[in-house]
Amino acid sequence: MNDEPLVLGIETSCDETGIGIVRGSTLLVDAVASSVDEHARFGGVVPEVASRAHLEAMVPTLERACRDAGVALRDIDAVAVTAGPGLAGALLVGVAAAKALAVGLGKPIYGVNHLAAHVAVDVLEHGPLPEPTMALLVSGGHSSLLLVPDVTGDVRPLGATIDDAAGEAFDKVARVLGLPFPGGPHIDRVAREGDRVAIDFPRGLTTGRDLDRYRFDFSFSGLKTAVSRWVQVRQAAGESVPVADVAASFQEAVVDVLTRKAVAACRDQGVDDLLIGGGVAANSRLRALAQERCDRAGIRLRVPRPGLCTDNGAMVAALGAQFVARGRTPSLLDLPADSSMPVTSVQA
Amino acid sequence: MLLLALDTSTSAITVALHDGDRVLAQATTLDARAHGERLAPGIQQVLAQAGATPTELTHVVCGLGPGPFTGLRVGIVTARVLAFTTGAALHGMCSLDALAADGPTGEILVATDARRKEVYWARYAVSPGSVRALTPAAVDRPADLPEQVRALPTLGRGPLLYPELFPAPVGILDVSAAALAGLAVRRLAAGAPLSDHEPLYLRRPDAAPHIVTKSALG
Repeated sequence: MNDEPLVLGIETSCDETGIGIVRGSTLLVDAVASSVDEHARFGGVVPEVASRAHLEAMVPTLERACRDAGVALRDIDAVAVTAGPGLAGALLVGVAAAKALAVGLGKPIYGVNHLAAHVAVDVLEHGPLPEPTMALLVSGGHSSLLLVPDVTGDVRPLGATIDDAAGEAFDKVARVLGLPFPGGPHIDRVAREGDRVAIDFPRGLTTGRDLDRYRFDFSFSGLKTAVSRWVQVRQAAGESVPVADVAASFQEAVVDVLTRKAVAACRDQGVDDLLIGGGVAANSRLRALAQERCDRAGIRLRVPRPGLCTDNGAMVAALGAQFVARGRTPSLLDLPADSSMPVTSVQA
Repeated sequence: MLLLALDTSTSAITVALHDGDRVLAQATTLDARAHGERLAPGIQQVLAQAGATPTELTHVVCGLGPGPFTGLRVGIVTARVLAFTTGAALHGMCSLDALAADGPTGEILVATDARRKEVYWARYAVSPGSVRALTPAAVDRPADLPEQVRALPTLGRGPLLYPELFPAPVGILDVSAAALAGLAVRRLAAGAPLSDHEPLYLRRPDAAPHIVTKSALG
């Protein structure tokens, strides 16, 4: 057991300062400091506010992670860090911190891809990943379908959003409905009281020529505008807005497209395992509909628990540990933070 | 004493190692866009040159700016984590002080690039063995500085960017970690408190609270 590598992971690609420590595929600690409350009044994540918060949270979060895990830093075998994609200034705080740790401890550093880390995290909860696995990653910054033959070296993008990320659509619709930021949990809650077939909102890129050209891609911008219009027409007519029905019908439009395309991608590629990750994977209706459709299609579904779906350091550590276990060469100390790091490059 | 000084508030990514008597090693890279890439290798390089290991560090001193935020944070988070990791004492110092320490004696001006047509600046009285700020670090448009202040011998990139407004350039453009280390050693020996390590941003983040929802009814 103790032969397995002890890896510390750092995540700062958006508004969560995450420090996780794993031993092999065993999670020891997942410490997260979030600046989400500081962004709420701006209605979205403000990059400079996030970067400042990462700087202030870094050492206290490191300290808390080590204490809670009962780990001394000198026992760490390797440091892993999100090198991208994400907010440039925010990423850089984490990358610099990871390098300082690596230099200070004299240990190797692995710069890893944020999206691959969202996939790798599930080894902490559900064991080794089937190879290949189909991954649907949905968050405030990403909506991607990935074919993952090997999470440490071979990740192939099948599709992604061509405009807004799914989580972004949740935030924007929440704002239209007068719900707080971040919108996901609030829409999920309100939608439970609503009728998800009350309003037939559009399903982007699911018909005709769109489906040919954008088979596994997503689009949520038109949906967001359709919801806005629908609400404003009612408001302009002096009618009350059925918030629960709008929330439920909007949510259904999002998760319908996500799960339909994910299952189609599994069938198309002959893959029997679907993993859903990213912050939107915490959505209860997405989980339920994905389970229903996977059961019907004979696909095994894996969804990490919500705390491991949102951005965290444990996922970075988990991927780093797999690099170490597979004997991958560490990254160089001059590795850059890359805000638009392609998912095809798993390691920086 | 084994003191590591670093600064990323200007275009220089600069690191120096000082033993209390002299600078043992220094490494400086000029690149306004590569702080995240070049700093850690620089630290590794000065340690290797001096034949020292990170655990031998007794002090880490960081320039706190003011300077462009993204690069500045690279230095500060590096210093904080390195000190936390090695157990070295963590210290901070205004980066403009380090520039002032690198120039002539007498009354001088430090004016560095704050972008957006502004400069970070402070006025100093420098004598052998002492660097004293006469004004707190500030950010202003260069033309808004009093003319007699702009006429002082000036360090930093201000004169390079606004030659008509700063007529007396000294020719030292960026912070040198060797100067930062030397000044820190002198101040620590004199018992000066250098415990603060908060960044000197001097500007608030650009962001406005969200108020209006755009109409989708065109």
